[in-house]
Amino acid sequence: MNSPLPEPALAIAAAAADAPAVLEARGLSYAHGAAGPVFSHLSLSIRRREIVALLGGSGCGKSTLLRVLAGLARPATGEVRFLDTVQAAPHPRSALVFQQASLLPWLNLADNVGFGLDFAHQPQTAKAARDERIKAAIAAVGLAGREGAWPAQLSGGMAQRTALARALARQPELLFADEPFSALDAITRAEMQSLLVDVVHRWHTAALLVTHDIDEAILVADRIVLMGGRPGRLLHEWTVDIPRNREDHPEAVGALRLAILSALRHAS
Amino acid sequence: MMGANLLLPLSGLVLAALAWAAGSVWLAGVTPIAASFAPLETARALLALLQGAELWEHVAVSLERVAVGLGVALLLGIPLGVLTGLSPLFSRSTTPLFQFARMISPLSWMPLAVMVLGVGNAPVYFLLAFAAVWPILLNTAAGVAQLDKNWLLLARSLSATRRETIVHVILPGITAQILTGVRLAIGIIWIVLVPAEMLGVSAGLGYFILDARDRLAYSDLMAAILVIGFLGYLLDHAARTLHKRWLHAA
Ligand SMILES: Nc1ncnc2c1ncn2[C@@H]1O[C@H](COP(=O)(O)OP(=O)(O)O)[C@@H](O)[C@H]1O
Ligand SMILES: [Mg+2]
Repeated sequence: MNSPLPEPALAIAAAAADAPAVLEARGLSYAHGAAGPVFSHLSLSIRRREIVALLGGSGCGKSTLLRVLAGLARPATGEVRFLDTVQAAPHPRSALVFQQASLLPWLNLADNVGFGLDFAHQPQTAKAARDERIKAAIAAVGLAGREGAWPAQLSGGMAQRTALARALARQPELLFADEPFSALDAITRAEMQSLLVDVVHRWHTAALLVTHDIDEAILVADRIVLMGGRPGRLLHEWTVDIPRNREDHPEAVGALRLAILSALRHAS
Repeated sequence: MMGANLLLPLSGLVLAALAWAAGSVWLAGVTPIAASFAPLETARALLALLQGAELWEHVAVSLERVAVGLGVALLLGIPLGVLTGLSPLFSRSTTPLFQFARMISPLSWMPLAVMVLGVGNAPVYFLLAFAAVWPILLNTAAGVAQLDKNWLLLARSLSATRRETIVHVILPGITAQILTGVRLAIGIIWIVLVPAEMLGVSAGLGYFILDARDRLAYSDLMAAILVIGFLGYLLDHAARTLHKRWLHAA
């Protein structure tokens, strides 16, 4: 959509290595009220079309960091640049997916996907163009034909697909996903993981996937950053150059998993 | 399927009618006038009342009072409930007062209400609104407190204005709870209505009951009781249906 050049999926991770940053965060610190800092002097950049997994144990501050990066919380120090401008409010080209689908139960599936596209501070678009985007987003997550369904009628997996479509409808440059699959059963989770990779590649967007699941990080991400310590910081970083589908490369996946586990052990 | 679904509820009603018939036969043995309490007499009276205009006028007056009482309760209860849900300060300073006031039977205000508001519709409206405001207020507050935090995050991620957040997230987000409150409120209003109409008014179902007693028209009285039960059932059913419709859970 954003690029005129079609790229083979396998080349994307390599091509992204010298791509410009979509998000560049420097020297971020954040504290909840008077409590000690959740993280301090933390820097992270996400390149265009790159999938970055932010990996860390629960309570280490991943969600807080994601909120600061997404412009939903203001850092005590440091700044976040989104597409080369300092971000003062959530950028219209970023979108969120949560652990819970959090669909609005009084709207049908299509209206959930299109929620907020016509808000005052969103880029102004004609209704026809919005409808087109909603349709494309629903098709991208495999829910075409279910536009009129109500959230109460959807399974957990379908609800989370709808949440993903809601994010896609904003044509994001960067998708923030906070443990989006951890409430799903193992089979649905595996489906959603490959759907996420597929959709991110086809829609030419970047993604920051917060997860505490090492395997999920390895299967999905182009790059894994490990968060830990108190106050939190980024402890380690791995570029994942295992070809996709990564399930077909168990040795490489296993080796990386061991490397991550050993880094975790040294960190604690 | 349909037959089996109806059979059990119907059997309960039939049993009650049989008990009613037996009871009135027994009572008629003690006081002869009780014969007019019997189901058949009541049915005859009900049919006559339904064909006339008088009962319908009383029903209309009562329903109008329900609507006004509920409307006032909504106008007061929703804003107060939102405030309670949003502001811990307001909530903590009013909770004991509300819990206290809620436990006072609205009918105990009746003499005061008549003294202050005079006879007529005003004290009835007051009593009904006073009875109905608590479930609406408390359910609204609970709805605000239970709003999915992610909805608010979502709104913020869309840089929603305050108005957009209220109109597109908060109000629809608490509508289900408000409707629960309305259902409870209707139940309470309907119960308070009849005694509230027994003082200082000259129309309505409560008035009609007293009037039937004074006329010694006991089968009319029984018929009115049936009408009250049936209308209450319909009102509750309507509120339930509205609630289900809103949640698309029907
Ligand atoms: N709203 C809040 N107020 C105070 N402390 C919070 C709040 N949210 C999170 N925390 C604390 O900040 C730390 C990081 O939380 P979080 O970012 O949710 O971690 P993670 O997502 O990695 O599990 C935790 O110690 C948590 O208790
Ligand atoms: Mg978290």
